[in-house]
Amino acid sequence: MNSVRALIVDDSAVMRKIVERSLRQAGIDLKQVFEAGNGAEALGVLNENAVDLILCDINMPVMDGMEFVKQLAGVTNAKGVPVVMITTEGSESHVVEALSNGARGYIRKPFTPDQVREQIIPILAGRP
Amino acid sequence: MSSSKTAPVTPENHSDWVPLLELAAREVFELMLSCHLTVPASAPDASLGITSMVGLAGQLCGVLSIRCDRKSATLMASKMLGVNPENVGPELSDALGEVCNMVAGNFKNKIPGLSEGCMLSPPTVITGNDYDLHPLADSAALQLWLLFEDSPIVISLQIHN
Repeated sequence: MNSVRALIVDDSAVMRKIVERSLRQAGIDLKQVFEAGNGAEALGVLNENAVDLILCDINMPVMDGMEFVKQLAGVTNAKGVPVVMITTEGSESHVVEALSNGARGYIRKPFTPDQVREQIIPILAGRP
Repeated sequence: MSSSKTAPVTPENHSDWVPLLELAAREVFELMLSCHLTVPASAPDASLGITSMVGLAGQLCGVLSIRCDRKSATLMASKMLGVNPENVGPELSDALGEVCNMVAGNFKNKIPGLSEGCMLSPPTVITGNDYDLHPLADSAALQLWLLFEDSPIVISLQIHN
């Protein structure tokens, strides 16, 4: 698998570090990691940078993860980029809403590196 | 680790939630901090100077809190960040808030109907123990004493009926 440029979106800096570490523990070769504290910041990152994978929390201030995923449709650097939600919100309706908005995967907190691997490796394997 | 079938959200069965609250906490500490919580023989007499709180609103209204001492909070943060405890800085509050957020989220996901019908507030962390909590509504409280790396932590769920 090629090395990956990842964007991690979470209002907790600690959680962003945990997600990054879990990606590495899952065997994903990270070439570059961008971080954002909410959806609006993440859109700003994407205006300046191309990424291969986006991991996004749902409950965040300013712009939440659901709105962020909706807005990705108009972002050139996000075209074809898989988004995986990582959140404490575990209801079926949240999963359905996230997937219908364009997310490719859904990981509930708390999670293990194995769960990250199971969700993300197949998604990355299918990218162009 | 999967959700078990439990009774629906009704005021009279709150005590049934204690095992679920404990399970929710155990899962968070095992999966995210790689450590096992244990049960103390009796409620320890300890001064716990850091409190993390998450509000719940919707079908269940209340506050879930986790209290611990600074040493335990620092150790939690160090385990989450993968750094030595002496290298933990201002991330301590963020880390403890996330632990509380995950316990609250994991707990509500174990109760049918609550996952969709209950929202969580952003966490708040209070340092110091010279305060009293005065719930503004009739409420019941569930409380769990557990040991994290041999140090006591208290997990409380104050329920507004």
